[in-house]
Amino acid sequence: MNPFLDALALNAGYNAALVGIGAAMLGFAAGAAGTFLFLRKRALVSDAVAHATLPGVGLAFILMVALGGDGRNLIGLLLGSAATAGIGLLLVEWIARRTRLSEDAAIGAVLSVFFGFGIVLLTVVQTMSAGRQAGLEGFLLGSTAGMLFQDAVVIAVGGALAVFATWLLRRPMTLVAFDPDYAAALGYNVRRIDLAMMGLVMAVTVIGLKLVGLILIVAMLIIPPVTARFWTESSAYVIWYAGLIGGVSGYVGAALSTTAPAMPTGPIIVLVAASLFLMSLFVAPARGVAAAVIRHRRFQRRVHRRQGLLALSRAEPIHDDFTLRVLRGEGLIRPDGVATANGRALAAKTARDEHRWDIAREIHQDAGLTGRYDGLTPIEQVFTPDEIAEFDRRIGGPRALGSSLGGTA
Amino acid sequence: MALRSAQVTVAAQDGQALRAPDPVASAPLAVRGVTVSYGEKPAVFSVDATFPAGAMTAIIGPNGAGKSTLLKAALGVIPRLSGEVSVFGQPIETARARIAYVPQRASVDWDFPASVIDVVLMGLYRRIGLLGRLTGAQRAKANACLARVGMSDFADRQIGQLSGGQQQRVFLARALAQDADLYLLDEPFAGVDAATERAIIDVLKSLKADGKAVVCVHHDLATVATYFDHVFLINVRKIAEGPVATTFTGANLNATYGGRLAATHIDQLALADPA
Repeated sequence: MNPFLDALALNAGYNAALVGIGAAMLGFAAGAAGTFLFLRKRALVSDAVAHATLPGVGLAFILMVALGGDGRNLIGLLLGSAATAGIGLLLVEWIARRTRLSEDAAIGAVLSVFFGFGIVLLTVVQTMSAGRQAGLEGFLLGSTAGMLFQDAVVIAVGGALAVFATWLLRRPMTLVAFDPDYAAALGYNVRRIDLAMMGLVMAVTVIGLKLVGLILIVAMLIIPPVTARFWTESSAYVIWYAGLIGGVSGYVGAALSTTAPAMPTGPIIVLVAASLFLMSLFVAPARGVAAAVIRHRRFQRRVHRRQGLLALSRAEPIHDDFTLRVLRGEGLIRPDGVATANGRALAAKTARDEHRWDIAREIHQDAGLTGRYDGLTPIEQVFTPDEIAEFDRRIGGPRALGSSLGGTA
Repeated sequence: MALRSAQVTVAAQDGQALRAPDPVASAPLAVRGVTVSYGEKPAVFSVDATFPAGAMTAIIGPNGAGKSTLLKAALGVIPRLSGEVSVFGQPIETARARIAYVPQRASVDWDFPASVIDVVLMGLYRRIGLLGRLTGAQRAKANACLARVGMSDFADRQIGQLSGGQQQRVFLARALAQDADLYLLDEPFAGVDAATERAIIDVLKSLKADGKAVVCVHHDLATVATYFDHVFLINVRKIAEGPVATTFTGANLNATYGGRLAATHIDQLALADPA
């Protein structure tokens, strides 16, 4: 069988199966936890948090070696990274709240300073004689080669907790993301909810460090909710769709990375997620690019159809090619441009409806109702039959013709 | 439903009468010495105000006079430099459930993934709690509030598709869902169509008739006399407060707007007779 399908079916060996399951769980947790980060429009804070994990990794290693332990103890390294990530997060929040600097400046400052400090510490670690320091640089871009069962357990437990907390806090976080002033007026502590949201992001970042690395974990937090947004108009669904998209990206990406030796797993996962995003961008209903083009074409058709019918009713010549095509396509004019019986009838009705709208605007000064006049909405959808009869009475003339045409259209 | 809410109102009024005989101390909203400052420049300076129950009060003043800031500071949405706030004679923390706030509709991103009914249900989040489930009764309540603002047919509409007036109605429905006794609205008539303005004023008048306190930041001086009972004039400091009949005078408006109102404009307003 082909190695990609083997990997998808978890038949590519113990390590590959572990990586696949771990990546899927991490992807789900990151997508769900990243949803409110995206809805709150604070996606880039996660970049600062991720980069702020690096000094923690170096410090934890140095501390554990100094205490005579194993410098590569995973739990110790993750606790260290969480500690400095937490400090970085609080710093961003503090700078944005207490100084005149905006949040983007705070993010830039924290991100670069913490990352630089982390690189210095890693260099120091490389020169240490004690401890087996090989593999620490894997925290930058992630590594799957040495993935252990213990690593998968960390992802499973941490990820499940993060998803549960996201579900638990979904209402306050939705409120704060949509309308923070209203949330504060209701008595919610907006700052604490924001910190909880960032804490969730930090937790996912830390557990994903070893697999995806701190540089690309941001993509797993942001791309899935952005993609999910194309498919739903409900914030509750964005959470689960984002989790699903993240999970599938993780699983498929991990399987793809087993097809060739030394393929980096993290970057492949991100590329899979990005391709799902691109696909959604084009084909999603309502919000997708293709749907927008189709909607625009339909609208254009309706405008041309109305213009053409009005021209027919006034017996004016039509020169626009598109208008002619539309009218011909509906059998309203013959190939030589002369109106058919059907075309003449519809033209008369269109002209009459225009007239009715004029009356309607005179009678109903209510902008809410007459504001719906766009020349395209059928008048029958805005006014009741007795109201239209009243317009016709005011217009006078051959009412029987107008109303019978209204019935067939 | 109507009967029950009527009883609740009566009970609330009885409660007030028993708790605190002093009208100022038990007022729906009373602020004392509230100062808010962005940097060194005060936006609201040492303002005292009392907003009465069973009445509609307009907060009036020029742009940048601190009208919205005063509301937000009273609610604790933005921090106060100094000052005290009491709601029905209690500290605001214990009386939050009795307050409904309607922010300016331009303050939120209407492309947020939510339907109209989702937004109205936000008014019930505090009551539902963290672990609670949304009940059928709560959903029915939200639908009834939408009906009160004439938006029943829009319950499942995505909020991004609403007109400005419809957005404002949804915000009002969300506040109604809270079943509050004090309603604080920030420019509810700004940029809405005539039909929406009528729909909103009808709802607010029915709240007033139920004995609730309604406070609006308001910018349209022409409608003050027809819509409101009380006015509060502010330009960073308090200029005047009191019934429209005695307080909404040309002299007070001149003091508030600092001569920025043309004399001809003042003449056209239905002003109180300075007695």
